[in-house]
Amino acid sequence: MAEPTLTWAGVAPATPEIYLVMALCAVLLVEAFAGEKRRGLADTLTLVVLLVGALVSAVYGHVSERTTLFHGLYVADELGYVLKLAGFLIVAVTLVYSRAYLEQRDILRGEYGVLCLTALLGIFVLVSANNLITVYIGVELLALSVYALIAFDRESGVAAEAAMKYFVLSAIASGALLYGMSIIYGMTGSLDLDVIAARVGAGHASLGVIFGLVFIVVAVAFKLGAVPFHMWLPDVYHGAPTSVTLFISTVPQLAYFSLTFRLLAHGLAGVTAEWTQMLAPLAVLTLIVGNFVAIAQSNLKRMLAYSTIANVGFILLGFIAGTPAGYSAALYYTLVYVLVALGSFGVILLASRRGFEADSLDDYKGLYARDPLLAIVMLALMFSTAGVPPFIGFWAKLRIIQELWVTHHNALVIIAAAASVVGAFYYLRIVKLMYFDAPVTNAPKPAGHFGARVALGLNAAAVLGLGLVPGPLLDLCARILH
Amino acid sequence: MLVEVLFYVFATILIAAALAVIISKNPVHAALFLVLSFVTSAAIWLLIEAEFLAIVLVLVYVGAVMVLFLFVVMMLDIKVEEHRRGFTRYAWLGWITAVAVIVEIVGVVTARRFGVDITRGAAPWPASYSNTQALGSVLYTHYAYPFELAAVVLLVAIVAAIALTTRTRRGLKRQDINRQVNVQSTDRVRLVKSMDAKSP
Repeated sequence: MAEPTLTWAGVAPATPEIYLVMALCAVLLVEAFAGEKRRGLADTLTLVVLLVGALVSAVYGHVSERTTLFHGLYVADELGYVLKLAGFLIVAVTLVYSRAYLEQRDILRGEYGVLCLTALLGIFVLVSANNLITVYIGVELLALSVYALIAFDRESGVAAEAAMKYFVLSAIASGALLYGMSIIYGMTGSLDLDVIAARVGAGHASLGVIFGLVFIVVAVAFKLGAVPFHMWLPDVYHGAPTSVTLFISTVPQLAYFSLTFRLLAHGLAGVTAEWTQMLAPLAVLTLIVGNFVAIAQSNLKRMLAYSTIANVGFILLGFIAGTPAGYSAALYYTLVYVLVALGSFGVILLASRRGFEADSLDDYKGLYARDPLLAIVMLALMFSTAGVPPFIGFWAKLRIIQELWVTHHNALVIIAAAASVVGAFYYLRIVKLMYFDAPVTNAPKPAGHFGARVALGLNAAAVLGLGLVPGPLLDLCARILH
Repeated sequence: MLVEVLFYVFATILIAAALAVIISKNPVHAALFLVLSFVTSAAIWLLIEAEFLAIVLVLVYVGAVMVLFLFVVMMLDIKVEEHRRGFTRYAWLGWITAVAVIVEIVGVVTARRFGVDITRGAAPWPASYSNTQALGSVLYTHYAYPFELAAVVLLVAIVAAIALTTRTRRGLKRQDINRQVNVQSTDRVRLVKSMDAKSP
């Protein structure tokens, strides 16, 4: 190992990670010395860090072709570039939405921003992982930060319960992931995903590899929240402070898309037929359970949690197509889902007050009369998730169904379409509550911070605008996964 | 020859210490026997030329983990007899585990008979070979990236532990040195006319 391994040219594509580590240490120091006196300073600084990070990685993080760094442990490619930029921006938006909410609950402390940044680092590590060790460290870095974020409001017993549930169940999933990885390592003799792909791709996958694959599929399904590994999801989404729910329902999805893509579609591409076969029943169950159980919910956070589960079913369907076009449809769906989830939980955050969580469906009755902006934004978002044409969600669903049709998964096409129809019911019910029902008398009048409302308006505009002009984003997704 | 003798000596001590861990009634004694078994395992690791791991085992497990463990055991004042009650109900589970482990050990020892020789040791390294250097060069060059990330994971653990447990309670009485120094006698003592002063 005579070659110098850590030259600047050799690590330049890893700029986002290096920058993020330095920046989070800086935020931590600022919080330690000035946090007591100036509440919210570290939060503002985190926001600046994220925006500068987006700029820095846009300029320095781009690579023209797939390159591996750090002895093959890290891969830099277009997918990573796009997902990291998206990660920076989405976390920034979540912080803008959460600010007022955190202030109202007296949990606006610098550690919140720091933990968001470390979670983002875990996401970046996962997005660029090219080795089973890197994958595992990324998963754990993200999960550990998220456990702490969920329990961040120490006064809330529900949040502590949610954190505990997530911690215990996630530990089991990590165990399954490690077990699968060790079996794959034993069978292929390498931790490097490129080498694993070459050895498994030889066409004679042994029973051992498939045995290991089962555990990896279980772990991936757990992380995504696919039925029957979804039990943690509604409780965690419901129990966590809404700002944290906003965080965990959006950015980590990018990482879990990448986890699925890098592990299954890249590393274990040789056994694509096997894992699509395993994912198919999971996806069908996920669509059915997610959509039907969501109807019965009276709490908006829980309903959106089941809606997340239903959306995960669609993302899995994209993978089941088993072609690069299918993966790009799944990527497009993931990005669209994240954009819509960002707005939906943002509305809940802005409708909440000190000592009042606007998370019951009744709280949204007659919202249009009280706060037209929030109602219009929510209308756009709900129409989008329901898949109503001018909005972006329509294209996402269409692309998935199109790819399934091309690859002759006709039964899945029918189930996906039927599930969308069921889903439309509870999304449109929200619209009905907001526009046609009389307001519940004692609901407080929403009045949020100006910046967050502008961001929310832009978010809804993006949902409509990208739906009217779907070309650029669709092309981007197709190009980076050719 | 000497190495074999040493191995059997250490192995005997290790097995005896491990047995003592589960047999001894006093939890403090059990913890001390666990220390003994760690130290003897470290000695056995030295025999197979894993010097660095042996030292780390002594430093980390004996030096840090077990000391903490002893603290906890001593502080908690565990009532052993209470925990013993109903213990024999699970004896059958213990027996099944014991039999399974014995079968596995026999399987490993007799593996040679099935053509798999896993008991043959590797050829010894030359005297100049440094176990520590070999580990270090892999860890800090090839795996530098996950190594640094592991450091961030530890940082997250620290931040999370502090964020979740430190409490700054409201109304907590604290010293403010500035105010203490600048205090005036009039702030502390208020002279009032006595009620009795009027009466005579």
